[in-house]
Amino acid sequence: MTNDLPLRTDSAQNTPDGQAIVVEFKNVSIAFDLKPVLNNISFRVTHGETRIILGPAGGGKSVLMKLANGLLRPDSGSIRIFGEEITTMPEKDLFKLRARIGMVFQESALFDSLSVEDNVAYRLHEEHVPEEEAHVRVVEALQFVELEQAIQKFPPELSGGMRRRVSIARAIISRPDLILYDSPTGGLDPITSTTIIELVMKQRDVSHTTSLMITHRLQDAFTLAMNRFDPETGKMQPLPNGGVDETTKFLVLNEGKVVFDGTTYELVNSTDPWLKDYLS
Amino acid sequence: MPFVSPEEFAKQKVAAIQDYSILSWQALAALFSRPRYWSDIYTQMDSIGVGSMPIIVLTGFFTGCVLALQSATSLKAFGAISMTGNLVALSMVKELGPVLTGLMVSGRNAAGMASEIGSMKVTEQIDAMRALGTDPVRKLVTPRLYATMFMLFFLTIVADAVGIAGGALVSVALLGLNASSYFHASYRALEYADVVQGLTKPLFSAFIIATVGCYFGMNTKGGTQGVGRSTTQAVVVSSVFIIIVDFIVSRAMIGIFGR
Repeated sequence: MTNDLPLRTDSAQNTPDGQAIVVEFKNVSIAFDLKPVLNNISFRVTHGETRIILGPAGGGKSVLMKLANGLLRPDSGSIRIFGEEITTMPEKDLFKLRARIGMVFQESALFDSLSVEDNVAYRLHEEHVPEEEAHVRVVEALQFVELEQAIQKFPPELSGGMRRRVSIARAIISRPDLILYDSPTGGLDPITSTTIIELVMKQRDVSHTTSLMITHRLQDAFTLAMNRFDPETGKMQPLPNGGVDETTKFLVLNEGKVVFDGTTYELVNSTDPWLKDYLS
Repeated sequence: MPFVSPEEFAKQKVAAIQDYSILSWQALAALFSRPRYWSDIYTQMDSIGVGSMPIIVLTGFFTGCVLALQSATSLKAFGAISMTGNLVALSMVKELGPVLTGLMVSGRNAAGMASEIGSMKVTEQIDAMRALGTDPVRKLVTPRLYATMFMLFFLTIVADAVGIAGGALVSVALLGLNASSYFHASYRALEYADVVQGLTKPLFSAFIIATVGCYFGMNTKGGTQGVGRSTTQAVVVSSVFIIIVDFIVSRAMIGIFGR
């Protein structure tokens, strides 16, 4: 289990103000078929932070997410996750590191031939967790996403929103230290999108897990930044006095470059003409 | 199709051979270290072996039938119609059994592997598998490789047997030969070297079917159209390779055993 792994967040580097750095990109570039996709990207995500990644389609957001999980390797630059350099890490060691990272894919990427229970329990089965314990944890994870009634179903029987929720349950079952959400609300209707955002918020405010989230919907991004999850009512509610969540920050990419890296206040008060145009 | 320079084309081909070789080696070596996915190996054995039985039995049987029918005409001209069993057994065991079984299994399973793994690739299930800490080569390619190698060996034996049986049916029912003399001629025709040659070929064919099918599946790009392209390429490449390797193995075996 994750507790047995030698890599821990406290082994990571710290910022000057003492916060542990979970994700660090330094001058990362990658090109496909000689076409640059990411160009000299640098940013840091500290422990407990939720980093929302915004930007127009084709700006390299999903590539950045795959780089953060070691699914792709950059052409140049350095990527450190939990203080470990992953650009040169052998695939075998990456599998161990990924035990601490949960990932929600753009199109859910559930295994079609496995039931919801087996999909969610996939990592537990790989770790040879006893069947009874795995079942209890699957039910727990499905309760978190309010989908325990679908445990026996197969992915093709589920709606888009349900598939996304199963995908979130699969990502959180191993209680990861870092969650990567690749467009969790992409292609969903506004009501289902809000349900998914509420789950992301619940994970942020209840488990305080560090996360990176790509979204195309500014509304979702600002909902996440300006609300908090209330465990008593089980619903999200606006932060008092129009406040914003301090742990939620933004990274805006355009044409493979970082055009903004900062807090919600800095983003809405930015004077950059492209950014103002994008946000409007 | 966009024009690429000869240099770029050559580089792409060399890179593809390199990727194929690495994939094949990793898939072979994965069985010798943990974790091993035995349940996936058994599932694939059932799908590839038991699932291919009907087409192998039908193909083998009718190949034996037609072989007896066609050869009888020529043999009759030399007054050697009693040698029909001899000819059918040698042809089936040394050549037609292994090659036709390889081609049929290639058409069914190389296509199946390329489309199944290709679909998983384009829907990010392969990436999801890696993200969940599983090596897709170990989980998907190794079970298919060993299951194909194990089952194709036995499928070839089945094809040889039903082919000889089909030849017997035609010889007895249509050519008026004696069943006992047919089987006696068949048995006497075969030597140790023929059987070894016939049962070595499916091991190579199986390796080609599984590795080529999985290679094209794992390298699928471009959505559902890409899956279709990978499937076609897997069948074409594996079929051609099976015939080429069949020739090479035949020549090597003749060199070793002298027949």
